[in-house]
Amino acid sequence: MAKHATPLLDQLESGPWPSFVSDIKQEAASRAKNVKGVDYQVPADACDDVLGIMELSYVHKRTHWKHGGIVGVFGYGGGVIGRYCDQPEMFPGVAHFHTIRVNQPGGKFYSTAYLNQLCDLWELRGSGLTNMHGSTGDIVFIGTTTPQLEEFFYELTHKIGQDLGGSGSNLRTPSDCIGEARCEYACYDTQALCYAMTQDYQDELHRPAFPYKFKFKFDGCPNCCVASIARSDMSFIGTWRDDIRIDQEAVKAYIGGEFKPNAGAHAGRDWGKFDIQKEVIDLCPTKCMWMDGGKLVIDNRECTRCMHCINVMPRALRIGEDKGLSILVGAKAPILDGAQMGSLLVPFIKVEEPYDEIKEVIENIWDWWMEEGKNRERLGELIKRQGFQKMLEVTGIDPMPQHVQEPRHNPYIFWREDEVPGGWQRDIKEFRKYHQR
Amino acid sequence: MDKEAGKKAIVEFLQKKSKSKSKFYLKDFYEVLPNEKVRDVKNLVNEMVKDETLEYWSSGSTTLIGLKGTGKQAGAEDEA
Repeated sequence: MAKHATPLLDQLESGPWPSFVSDIKQEAASRAKNVKGVDYQVPADACDDVLGIMELSYVHKRTHWKHGGIVGVFGYGGGVIGRYCDQPEMFPGVAHFHTIRVNQPGGKFYSTAYLNQLCDLWELRGSGLTNMHGSTGDIVFIGTTTPQLEEFFYELTHKIGQDLGGSGSNLRTPSDCIGEARCEYACYDTQALCYAMTQDYQDELHRPAFPYKFKFKFDGCPNCCVASIARSDMSFIGTWRDDIRIDQEAVKAYIGGEFKPNAGAHAGRDWGKFDIQKEVIDLCPTKCMWMDGGKLVIDNRECTRCMHCINVMPRALRIGEDKGLSILVGAKAPILDGAQMGSLLVPFIKVEEPYDEIKEVIENIWDWWMEEGKNRERLGELIKRQGFQKMLEVTGIDPMPQHVQEPRHNPYIFWREDEVPGGWQRDIKEFRKYHQR
Repeated sequence: MDKEAGKKAIVEFLQKKSKSKSKFYLKDFYEVLPNEKVRDVKNLVNEMVKDETLEYWSSGSTTLIGLKGTGKQAGAEDEA
C-alpha cells in the first residue's frame, strides 16, 4: 500500500514509454521490503515522500523544493547541491534531499561489480534513486541528508576510488565518448585527454573559479556522441586533415547489396535496394563526391567531415590517417540567453601528450573570461558581446578562412590600425589629387 | 599579495554589506582587491572557505559566497 495517493503521477505510467514514476515506486517498494537487510541511513520511506511531494506540486502547479543550499563536503565547492522541501512535516523523508554529482568513468565504461558497489553505497547512504546520467555526463545521486554527505564522500573516494563531479560556477565534470576503446572513427584518444584535463584542472573542478559553469567535452569524431558541439563551452572534436580512405571493392559490395548500409543499424525493415546516389552522394552537404565509371570519387578539399558517407558505408570509407582534433568554443543550452552551437576556433591540432598546446588555448580563454565575463555569463555570450575577434586576440590565434562561416555575410574580423601600413591617417591633399570632393 | 591584508579587506567588505546582502558572486571579490590578479583573489577566497571564514552557497548552477553563518538560510540548514 503506497504511503501517499498519487493519482496525477499514476497517469504518467499509462503511456507507452518507461516511466520514472514506475521506477520510483519500484525503489519505494524495494526499500519497504528491505530484503538485503540494509541499515538505511536516510529515511526508508524517502522514495514514498518524493512521490508525495511531487503529487502535491502537480496539484498546486508549483514546486515545493527550496532553491539551493550551503551544504557540501570539506574542501570542495561543488558536487553537492543542497535540496530542501518546504513541507517537511508532511514529507519528512525528503526534508533534506540533497543531490550528489559523481564523476562518471571515462566513456561511461562500467563493470557490473562497480555499478553494484555504487548502488549499494547509495542504498545505504541515500535514497537509492539515481539519474544515469545527467546532461553533463555525471552519475547523479538524488536525495540524501546533510549528515550523510561526508560519510558518503569518504566511502566513494576511499573504497570505490571515484570522485565528486562539478557543479556551480566550476569546471563541470569533463565528459568523453568511448573513443579509441571501441570506435574505429575515433581520431584521438578521448579518454586519455579527458582524464588528463580532469586531473590537471582539479582545482577548477572542485572549487568555484569562474563567472558561471564551464564545460569540456571530448568527442573522438564529428559524430559528436557526447554532443560537445551543442553543449560544451569548449568542445574537442576529432578530425583528420588528409583524405578519406576509400576501398572501391567495398563500395561495389554496398552497391551490390552484399554489405548492409549503416552497418545494419536500420535493417529492421525493408528499405528497398541500397541506392548510393540517393542515400549518400545526394545527401553530401558540400556535394564533394560523385561516381565516375563505377568508382566513388571524393574531393576532400570540399569535405566538411559531416561523417554521413562514412556512417553509411563504414567498410568502404574510413577516416584519414593524419588525425587530430578541432577546438570549438561557446556552445550552451538555453538557460539564460538562447541556445548556441560552438564556433570553430582551432581547425586542427595534433593531440600529443602532455597536451601543452591545448592547455595554452584553454588557459588563455579562462583568463579572458574570468576577467571580462559578467556574473552568470557563459563563454558563448562573452564571445557574442565582445566579438570573436577579441577572443582571437586573447588566444593569440590568427584569423583564418575556417573561422568564417559565410563569406561577405558577417565579416566580424576587422583590420586594426597597427596592422595597416600608415594606419588610418591620410594626407588629404594627396588624396584630393585623385578623388574629387 | 599580502594574504592577511586581503583576507581582512574581504571580511570588512562583507561585514559592511551584511545588512543588505549576505551572498556574493566571485567576481564581486575581484572588486574588493582591484590590484590583485583575479586568479589570486579566487584562490584567496577559496582558502577563506577552507579556513571556515566564508562559505559557499550553490543553486546547483551558480555559486555564491558569503561570511559563514550569515543569511536567512544558514540557521534553517544547520538543523539536521
